Amino acid sequence: MKVLVAVKRVIDYNVKVRVKPDQSDVDLANVKMALNPFCEIAVEEAVRLKEQGIADEVVVVSIGPKAVQEQLRTALALGADRAIHVEHDSMPDSLSVAKLLKGVVEKEQPQLVILGKQSIDSDNNQAGQMLGALTDMPQGTFASKVSLADGSVEVTREVDGGLQTVKLQLPAIVTTDLRLNEPRYAKLPDIMKAKRKPLETLSADDLGVTISSNIKLLKVEPPAERSAGVKVADVDELIDKLKNEAKVL
Amino acid sequence: MSILVIAEHDNQALNPATLKTLAAAEQIGSDITLLVAGESCQSVADEAANVAVVKRVLLADNAAYGHQLAENLGALVAQLAKQGDYSHILAPATTTGKNFMPRVAALLDVGQVSDIITVESEDTFKRPIYAGNAIATVQSGDAIKVITVRATAFDAVAAQGGSAAVDAVDAVQSSDKSSFVGEQLAASERPELTAAEVVISGGRGMQNGDNFKLLEAVADKLGAAVGASRAAVDAGFVPNDMQVGQTGKIVAPQLYIAVGISGAIQHLAGMKDSKVIVAINKDEDAPIFQVADYGLVADLFDVLPALESKL
Ligand SMILES: Cc1cc2nc3c(=O)[nH]c(=O)nc-3n(C[C@H](O)[C@H](O)[C@H](O)COP(=O)(O)OP(=O)(O)OC[C@H]3O[C@@H](n4cnc5c(N)ncnc54)[C@H](O)[C@@H]3O)c2cc1C
Ligand SMILES: Nc1ncnc2c1ncn2[C@@H]1O[C@H](COP(=O)(O)O)[C@@H](O)[C@H]1O
Repeated sequence: MKVLVAVKRVIDYNVKVRVKPDQSDVDLANVKMALNPFCEIAVEEAVRLKEQGIADEVVVVSIGPKAVQEQLRTALALGADRAIHVEHDSMPDSLSVAKLLKGVVEKEQPQLVILGKQSIDSDNNQAGQMLGALTDMPQGTFASKVSLADGSVEVTREVDGGLQTVKLQLPAIVTTDLRLNEPRYAKLPDIMKAKRKPLETLSADDLGVTISSNIKLLKVEPPAERSAGVKVADVDELIDKLKNEAKVL
Repeated sequence: MSILVIAEHDNQALNPATLKTLAAAEQIGSDITLLVAGESCQSVADEAANVAVVKRVLLADNAAYGHQLAENLGALVAQLAKQGDYSHILAPATTTGKNFMPRVAALLDVGQVSDIITVESEDTFKRPIYAGNAIATVQSGDAIKVITVRATAFDAVAAQGGSAAVDAVDAVQSSDKSSFVGEQLAASERPELTAAEVVISGGRGMQNGDNFKLLEAVADKLGAAVGASRAAVDAGFVPNDMQVGQTGKIVAPQLYIAVGISGAIQHLAGMKDSKVIVAINKDEDAPIFQVADYGLVADLFDVLPALESKL
């Protein structure tokens, strides 16, 4: 069984991003970039399926400028077998991503496609579900457990009320939540080996997709700052302030 | 302008997030249709018909929609959108809305604007990005605007005062590729996290699940909901549905009390719009103090019992 994993290059999750003075966007110059944490979990899940003998090939795909090859190499070091870079000079929106991934799905015919539940930059939470609709594949989003049985996959999902389990016919789409697994660290020899693993480059044209978006970014502002409050000495002072100053008790 | 709002419910009652989503819809236009899709959910439709801003209720009552499976619900909403000539489709940005709405957008070949916090005009909206560290203003040029709404950013519309007609929808979208197996839903006597006036959350500092009893005792005094950081969920102290943050629940109560939580940006993303924030942490340099109105540098195992007895 072949597993396709979509990975995105994003700002490192530890970095607190700043807005550009002209409010055109956030400032990503000289900011540390990394694999989207949810995508890292997606790669880990696929590699585990291979280690368990359930999957026989793990293909990773990333869309964006040349720099995304860095994240593809990371995924290869984590255990993916080969990589596809769909080259585009910027990061397309989730619908375009889904259309391009559909092209890759048609070419590769995977039984399982694993994506992150959300990009931590756009916080969109869209691409996996959109790919599901475009390919008419069922989806198990926000997965905290994935079990494959012949021809189907059971996915336990993190939902507002608790957990929900659904059964999906393969081929299917899974999007990962944080609890699905704890990704490994790439070891040096694996990082060296990853440099020799195959990485193919495609264009949107190759996949027959025109990238466009009707959603325009007009402005980016910093959020309203909370003014720093006061320290209280003890529980009595805290209760007093909440009652008489903040009036929330 | 004609707006379709998708109701969130449990087949028995409307979820309050629906009334907040309707508030966002009302800022866009007044021709509002509410879709109730579920199984044996007539009572939800009746409740929906009473909501003053709702002009018309569509009731799709079928086993296919009983568990809100994204494949069926997404296909139904896309079909209704095509038939109904809607300019906007809105749903709450709950795990249900996040699950099916992007399918609707893709089936209609339009983009989705996720998690809006303001309506600037019929086509322009604000939404947080980068875990709330930036607020984007986006304009959608799509013929049908597919939008999910951050419930905490809007005040609920009145639940009463209306008398909309309820029309049955006969269309059945039932995919055999996906089926419901089971669920484990948390049962709690306490108010729901996203709707509570007071929330008290525990983090890794709580040390184990048993110690959450200390938090619960204070919560009972305050009529509060109990939340948690991701670290507390990951460590298995409490279930995932209690997680507050960028990738968990967004809360904005009158009072938020963070106990043994350091204040990572991903946690702040879920609670920093609370009216009053209290932080209890033994590390005076913990970043949570930068957003707290009242900070108490102390050991939580001393503070919680004292709070319980003095409240
Ligand atoms: C992609 C991604 C998404 C994430 N999404 C979320 C999210 O939605 N929500 C979320 O919460 N996190 C999220 N996280 C995790 C986040 O980065 C932090 O790791 C997490 O919030 C830390 O939880 P914590 O504050 O409980 O633990 P810690 O950071 O370990 O802090 C524990 C705190 O408890 C204090 N403490 C310890 N003992 C005591 C005591 N006896 N008395 C008083 N204080 C004490 C310590 O001083 C410390 O400040 C996400 C991470 C990633 C990568
Ligand atoms: N540029 C991209 N290249 C590859 N995968 C992507 C890209 N953008 C989004 N994805 C995938 O879609 C998931 C959800 O993204 P989003 O809809 O942006 O929140 C991510 O976690 C990735 O798995």
